[in-house]
Amino acid sequence: MSDTGGRSEKTNASASGVPPTRRRELVDKRVTNALALGVIWCFALATVAALGSLLLYVVINGARELANPIEFIFSWPKGVNAEGGIWPTIQSTLYATGLAMIIVTPIAVLAAVYLAEYAVQGRLVSVIRFAADSLASVPSIVMGLFGLALFVEAAGIGFSALSAALALSFLMLPIVMRTTEEAIRSVPKYIRWGSYGLGASKWQTVSRVVLPAALPRILTGLLLATGRAAGETAVVIYTMGTSLNAPISPLEGGRTMPVHVMLMAMEGINLKAAYGTALLLVIMVLAFNLTARYIVRRTRRMQG
Amino acid sequence: MSETLAEHQTGVPPHGHAEPDKFDVRKLDFFYGDFQALGDITVGIKRHAVTAFIGPSGCGKSTFLRCLNRMNDLIPGSHAEGTVLLDGEDVYGPGVDPVDLRRRVGMIFQQPNPFPMSIYDNVAYGPKLHGVRRKAELDEIVEKALGRANLWKEVKDILPRGGLTLSGGQQQRLCIARVLAVEPEVLLMDEPCSAIDPTSVQKIEDLMAELKDRITIVIVTHNMQQAARVSDFTAFFLQEKLGEAAKLVEFDRTAVLFTSPKDRRTEDYITGRFG
Repeated sequence: MSDTGGRSEKTNASASGVPPTRRRELVDKRVTNALALGVIWCFALATVAALGSLLLYVVINGARELANPIEFIFSWPKGVNAEGGIWPTIQSTLYATGLAMIIVTPIAVLAAVYLAEYAVQGRLVSVIRFAADSLASVPSIVMGLFGLALFVEAAGIGFSALSAALALSFLMLPIVMRTTEEAIRSVPKYIRWGSYGLGASKWQTVSRVVLPAALPRILTGLLLATGRAAGETAVVIYTMGTSLNAPISPLEGGRTMPVHVMLMAMEGINLKAAYGTALLLVIMVLAFNLTARYIVRRTRRMQG
Repeated sequence: MSETLAEHQTGVPPHGHAEPDKFDVRKLDFFYGDFQALGDITVGIKRHAVTAFIGPSGCGKSTFLRCLNRMNDLIPGSHAEGTVLLDGEDVYGPGVDPVDLRRRVGMIFQQPNPFPMSIYDNVAYGPKLHGVRRKAELDEIVEKALGRANLWKEVKDILPRGGLTLSGGQQQRLCIARVLAVEPEVLLMDEPCSAIDPTSVQKIEDLMAELKDRITIVIVTHNMQQAARVSDFTAFFLQEKLGEAAKLVEFDRTAVLFTSPKDRRTEDYITGRFG
């Protein structure tokens, strides 16, 4: 009964003035849809094109230097024009970035565990979170000056891999901390309950269930931050210096790859070497990210 | 309500033998902040039997279940008043560590919740927490627990595989095995079958019948047929008005409660007049 009533109501409505509007809409809908799709597609293509042309440009200009990759990677720059290889800059980059990663990981992860699991959610926590977000938006040149004042000068560490690593860890900290916090929060509640239900303490639950479950996403954040640090120029130029040196001790200075690119290009010493170094840097960061993705996927598979 | 209970306790001998109740709950009130969720619950949970908690959604049966192993402690701002005696000892007493309590009173949840690790590690997790380190001993515990959960045959060749690769029903039995591995005295099951397929439900119900010889089981269920099938005793909970504390309306042997309920509200509920 009521069903029939409802239907007749609908028929009445469509009979009285609805069809014309509907018809106009139909045309409009198709046009706007096609238009929107076209625009979205163009912008998406522009993104890919931007990345593609950038990579292509670096590859075309840098490929010649890398014609003999072994020599370019493993030998030292020679003469006034810095020809030859770039080994000391590679070692400096790996050293400073690796050290920064070692410094930042425990601090960021434990801070995130505190924020996500232990802290009473309230004013203090939102202040900490806001501070982290602000830290992430500080221009890197400011971070470099800060590192120069604090680590190089005040702490007396001098231009060194350690100073650079400490300054870079300031850059990485907020990224790693926030992604780790999100990763921990995304571990479902009922998985924690399972652990508590077996008589696990809070720390046992966090360390044995929550952190392993969040590990893939934590790693992703850490690797993103490390990629940024490896490509950082402003921070390291003020904290590690520009001397061509392959540091062994953390107290030695050096010149990282991005700094080398800048000097070669800006001072017009050797533009070809700049492109070659840039290409190698891109390849290194890319290889790093791909390895990371592989590890993350493997961990996921093991867990799944 | 108290009349109904008194009648039951004097009139019906508990399960034929005179062992003291596993849980003896007296005048329990439970609060989420200012809101009183449970009011004046008094009930005895029989040893080595299956007790079902039934009632409409939001009637406090799950809340009450989580009072028994203090899982509610994890909810900030909640607190309980009254006594919950487990073998004569108040679980809300001052010297009681909820972490130790939960080892004795295991819990199964509605959503199967294997940890993101291998099947073996899932089951070995509890024993490892409590200090078992030797591989041979762990192997034995894992095999035994999976065996008791009727899962060993299905997984014995894939122990290193992730627990989450199993089907929903297998995952729930894995969770049961995980709890059994720490040798609990009581198993609390919070709607353990509502997220899994019918064949698996059958297996879990069979499992409960096998386990109750050694373990006291309490199950919360929405499914009255299930309560009738698996339980020896049934408790009916009801929140009569929104915002009011939920109460225990009737507690009796399952056969009695389902065939001749003493309370009008119980009868209305089990005959499907509301809920």
